[in-house]
Amino acid sequence: MRRAYVNTMKLVIPAISENERMARSIVCAMVSCLNPTMAELGDIRCALSEAVTNAIVHGYGSPEKPGEELLYIAVTLYADRSLKISVRDHGRGIADVEAAREPLFTTDHSGDRSGMGFSVMEAFCDRVEVSSEVGAGTKVTLYKTLS
Amino acid sequence: MLQETAFIKTRLQSGVLECALCGEVDHHSARALREKLDTELFMHRPRLFLLSLEHVSFMDSSGLGLILGRLNVARELACEMRLVHVGERIRTILSLAGANRLQGLIVEDEEEAV
Repeated sequence: MRRAYVNTMKLVIPAISENERMARSIVCAMVSCLNPTMAELGDIRCALSEAVTNAIVHGYGSPEKPGEELLYIAVTLYADRSLKISVRDHGRGIADVEAAREPLFTTDHSGDRSGMGFSVMEAFCDRVEVSSEVGAGTKVTLYKTLS
Repeated sequence: MLQETAFIKTRLQSGVLECALCGEVDHHSARALREKLDTELFMHRPRLFLLSLEHVSFMDSSGLGLILGRLNVARELACEMRLVHVGERIRTILSLAGANRLQGLIVEDEEEAV
């Protein structure tokens, strides 16, 4: 049975790093409709930022034509004050999802990637689901119930 | 080109380099912040590097990478590094990276660091 939702939104934006901040702002504006605490909103802002950054950095990496790849973000707010945020890319996918979720795991050693993205998502959400297919893309879904 | 969303404020006094991170520290802004901080470190080669997070309005694990990366640079330059004014959420993110890597890195304020 599908749960009753109070609101839902889909956001499609170019997978460029400038949009990390915009995605945070838009998603948090919507989540604000549930009157979260400042701490809860901060948790969501941070977890979402990790998911979006992963899609841009690891899903698409250094594309030949920056700005043509797209991120698909879906937010659903439920009547019981729970919410679901999914971030999907059509990038390169993750070969070993379990390994990728381990703290300090990163495939990008060129910069200062900490490898803590999934750990942060898990710390600030109730549950994090990851589904991925090599060559087809990755979908990360964040679940959180507000107080 | 969109506006820069983060910047640093710098003060140098008696071999102590104080840099305040200001604004939203994410993957996008971290690249420019890294270059600016490294320029300051290599130019001044301080004995103590204080990084203040007082004016950070947002930080995710990209900020953690930025901090740990600067810790490595400071070590190369034989410079002590301390973090001051670390908020609760940033403490949580730092603690996820393992407390042993961060032993003595976080101090309350500038006085305690010097």
